[in-house]
Amino acid sequence: MLNHVWLVLLFPAIGAAINMLFGKRLTKKTSGFIACSLIGLSFFCAILIFLSLIKLAPENRLIEDNLFTWINAGDFMAFASLQIDPLSTIMILVVTGVGFLIHVYSIAYMHDDEGFSRYFSYLNLFSLSMLILVLADNFLLMFVGWEGVGLCSYLLIGFWYEKKSAADAGKKAFVVNRVGDFGFILAILLIFVTFGTINFSEVFNSAHDALIPSGTIVTMITLLLFVGAVGKSAQLPLYTWLPDAMEGPTPVSALIHAATMVTAGVYMVSRCSTLFMMAPVSMTVVAVVGAATALFAAIIGLLQNDIKRVLAYSTVSQLGYMFLACGVGAHVAAVFHLMTHAFFKALLFLGSGSVIHALSGEQDMRKMGGLKSYMPKTYLTFMIGTLAIAGIPPFAGFFSKDEILFEALVKGNKLYWVIGAVAAFMTAFYMFRLVFMTFFGKSRMDKHVEEHVHESPMKMVFPLLMLAFLSIVGGFVGLPKLSVISTFLEPVFGGHGHELSHAIAEGSAGGHDMSLVYKMMGISTGIAIAGILLAFLMYIVSPKLPGKVANRFKLFYKIIYNKFYVDEIYDIFIVNPIKKFSVFLWKIFDARLVDGIVNGTAKAVEIDASILKIIQTGFVRNYAFLMVFGGILIILFTIFF
Amino acid sequence: MNAIILTIITFTPLIGTLRLLLINGNNEDKIKKSALINSIVTFFLSLHLFFNFDASSFEYQFVQNIPWIESFGINYHVGIDGISILLFLLTTFLTPICILASWSIKERIKEYMIALLFLEVGMLGVFISLDFFLFYVFWEVMLIPMYLLIGVWGGPRRIYAAMKFFIYTMAGSVLMLLAIIGLYYLNGKVTGEYTFDITKLSDLNIPLNIQFWMFLAFFFAFAIKVPMFPFHTWLPDAHVEAPTAGSVILAGVLLKMGTYGFLRFCLPMFPDACHQFVPIVSWLAIIGIIYGALVAMVQDDLKKLVAYSSVSHLGFVMLGMFAFNQQGIEGSLLQMINHGISTGALFLAVGMIYERRHTRLISEFGGITKKMPIFCGLFLVIALSSIGLPGLNGFVGEFLILLGVFKVNILYAVLAATGVILAACYMLWMFQRVMFNKLDNPENENLKDVSKREYAYLIPLIILVFWLGIYPKPFLNVLEPSVNHLIEQMNNKTKSVIKEDNKKEVISVNEDHFPEFPLVN
Repeated sequence: MLNHVWLVLLFPAIGAAINMLFGKRLTKKTSGFIACSLIGLSFFCAILIFLSLIKLAPENRLIEDNLFTWINAGDFMAFASLQIDPLSTIMILVVTGVGFLIHVYSIAYMHDDEGFSRYFSYLNLFSLSMLILVLADNFLLMFVGWEGVGLCSYLLIGFWYEKKSAADAGKKAFVVNRVGDFGFILAILLIFVTFGTINFSEVFNSAHDALIPSGTIVTMITLLLFVGAVGKSAQLPLYTWLPDAMEGPTPVSALIHAATMVTAGVYMVSRCSTLFMMAPVSMTVVAVVGAATALFAAIIGLLQNDIKRVLAYSTVSQLGYMFLACGVGAHVAAVFHLMTHAFFKALLFLGSGSVIHALSGEQDMRKMGGLKSYMPKTYLTFMIGTLAIAGIPPFAGFFSKDEILFEALVKGNKLYWVIGAVAAFMTAFYMFRLVFMTFFGKSRMDKHVEEHVHESPMKMVFPLLMLAFLSIVGGFVGLPKLSVISTFLEPVFGGHGHELSHAIAEGSAGGHDMSLVYKMMGISTGIAIAGILLAFLMYIVSPKLPGKVANRFKLFYKIIYNKFYVDEIYDIFIVNPIKKFSVFLWKIFDARLVDGIVNGTAKAVEIDASILKIIQTGFVRNYAFLMVFGGILIILFTIFF
Repeated sequence: MNAIILTIITFTPLIGTLRLLLINGNNEDKIKKSALINSIVTFFLSLHLFFNFDASSFEYQFVQNIPWIESFGINYHVGIDGISILLFLLTTFLTPICILASWSIKERIKEYMIALLFLEVGMLGVFISLDFFLFYVFWEVMLIPMYLLIGVWGGPRRIYAAMKFFIYTMAGSVLMLLAIIGLYYLNGKVTGEYTFDITKLSDLNIPLNIQFWMFLAFFFAFAIKVPMFPFHTWLPDAHVEAPTAGSVILAGVLLKMGTYGFLRFCLPMFPDACHQFVPIVSWLAIIGIIYGALVAMVQDDLKKLVAYSSVSHLGFVMLGMFAFNQQGIEGSLLQMINHGISTGALFLAVGMIYERRHTRLISEFGGITKKMPIFCGLFLVIALSSIGLPGLNGFVGEFLILLGVFKVNILYAVLAATGVILAACYMLWMFQRVMFNKLDNPENENLKDVSKREYAYLIPLIILVFWLGIYPKPFLNVLEPSVNHLIEQMNNKTKSVIKEDNKKEVISVNEDHFPEFPLVN
């Protein structure tokens, strides 16, 4: 199987092509079946790859498969070739696995939509691009996947293109991502100029010889790469596209804007961990941006009323955690959290989709409430996801988030930990606020909506159950003392990946006592419970309290409620000036000045001609006179000069 | 066969025009078909070149050299190498597409087709000429049918646009002519042989100060044609007024004459002057990239938007070329082809909705996808190829250019790379306003989706978009030896004239050889 890695790519490619070219002629049933079964086959291949990979000795777990030469020009070579190693294997398992469940869910969710086959062709195309991204063995091919997922994201956010807000959001996502890509491209150029190759293993193997640790070049390379990651993974200051991306269909939000695409930045930074570890300045930048984003987005999440927007800001915040982990050098923790987050966040989004579906498209939590009794299965699975993200043991999120917090303290500093802990508190609070507002209390639904509320069909509930199961058990692969994931990822991150589990295995944590590890676990659980209790107090015990608090801190409330006016600030300081400047360039500079000179030159010739025209009278006597006059001039000239 | 194949291909369209003359002007169907068949035959004949081209050699191939006006050293000398072959093929490829896209022309269809085929002769001739005199003849021949296409079959301001196009490019050409004659005399003085042969003139070592003036003369001719900022203002006018096929040819091939000229003449003949001009050319190119993109962003007319995007794209081409390294020049050449395909296709797409609605104002559209879903898909692929999405053609060229430029000047590369962001802005914003949002203009209710004829000309372009994006190797292989040779040629010459240390000395020695050169003093 390891020699046929391209099969993983082939299936979604076929699916996308069939639905794109012949979608109109297929029934919805066939269309959906083709898309699901092909991504399912891809998942099956991914499992086979995983099984054959673990049969190999850990040091041999890096297989490269060269498909063809893509670009060759002088000393520059870019191959279309794939790479299988533990990191990419985890990624393809997550992408195809979660992807498959979301495909299945989509059949029911999108059932009444006109663009059914178009939707599935985009979804397959997305899977293909994402798989290229994680399987590429060089930077340029990774960039192909990188832009490919961006394109699919653009298409799927703007799926309901007749809605202006959706079309706007899609365009915004693409353009903001391009700002990040600008950095990524420059990074690739710098890497090639420095190393003479863009192949991952060649670059990483020669990194220690070719680069000076903490030197300018390695710092530049990593910072530019990180610019790309910031765009794709929606970190400060380029996060603004992700909340808007919720305009797309909810399963899309689950797959692309929670579980897979947005984590590409984390994947890329982890993939380049060798380079990042050599650039302490960049590491600090990554950690600070990550921590700041985790906190910032959590604050905004506190006051959102749109169920999907809460989840969107939560995603931004969780991605911040992952970067915090990368920034302190805990790449295993980052990838671990990436994986568990994919499970529980996909679950939460699909759960919210189930709610929205039942409520005929309503997304405002102020118009929900009491859904617990109407949709017990959705409620139950959603609760599991919420507990997981809040960090309650033994759910998946607890282990990964706890590990990040621990590593932030041990490898980073106390400030990182405090920020992480505050954000964790807020996460627990806003997630339970969401649950309480949606599923508990009295119904605030519109009458006609309430009449139609129903539990979702099996096709939608089945993925929820599967993801709920994964959200429960997913954390155990990273269990302290027997962390499967850290041993598995060891060949990729070498010695520097995973402090905690090694430390625990050796009975001490980076010089700290083992008791610290358990103390920290206790503290983070306590923080989560505190957040939950506060939400309980405010939204169940005394529902009038939030209003009072809002009135008390009006200014803060307004600022946070309006998301710190970041979009407005960008519009005023970046978007509008550029537009105005462009209009100036066009109407004044181009039309008046540049073209004015061109036409002015022509005009000058015309005027010259009209002056000269005067002497062309057509009368012989005038010409004779001019001839004599000219002759006299010449004679005078020769005499006097 | 190989000796006359180029002549045969180049003049096949001329035979077509003669045939068209014999057809009754009222028989529109026959005229169109005859022209189409002729152009397709030309295309298939030109494929012979591609398949029999020796990609391992930088030499001119399929060469034919016969004396023409012997007393002036003028020969009919034609040949093709890695630098010109792809542009030659692009021309033969785009012409049938243009003819197909002109099906709805009602007025003077016979004259129209004759102009189009005649134009093809001129364009093909430019790419194969190895004699400056011949080159200049073709160069000027090309102008007339284009002038007529805009002036007769164009939009409301066609006369203004046609005149501007003609006189502007003509002004540049005159300077070039002067330089050509200068070269002719210079070579005669030095070697004793008075000839217009480009291959021989390319071997001439020209003193630096003369190089400077000659470069400048060529520069104006080519920079206007490219067009580089600030010589670009004729382009939006010409594009807006030209019929669809005119725009496609203009963007696809005619603009490449300028960049081709730089590559074929300026780089090998005036390498030192080229090096001197790097900052000027590069900055003009960078300004063009950003300026073109910004101005494109705020256009309200679709064709103007595409025209300004051309200014931006050709900035990339020029920038890459003046990196003088393999990636830069190969990228630049590839990007010429890519631009011909993508921008040609963009103009076709704009032409398609123009034919349906007779307006090109973006504000008139919106929500077209509802009525034309297939068109939407094709248009999207074209738009994405134009903004350089990896996997499509534009990316390969752009990336190689950026790589080549990055190697010599990081600042240039960084500034040029902002074009990547801006391209997404103007293209996607336009796409949204035309294709997405609500369909609220009742006039758009009855739009028909892509017709069979439109498929016929769009699909080949789309295939190339993917082919060049995914597997550009066959094309790059063809370019490589010639580009290598060009760089070598430049380096050798630069070394012989300038040797860092005794720069002045060498030049003064050289100047002694031409004490009475007519252009100096």
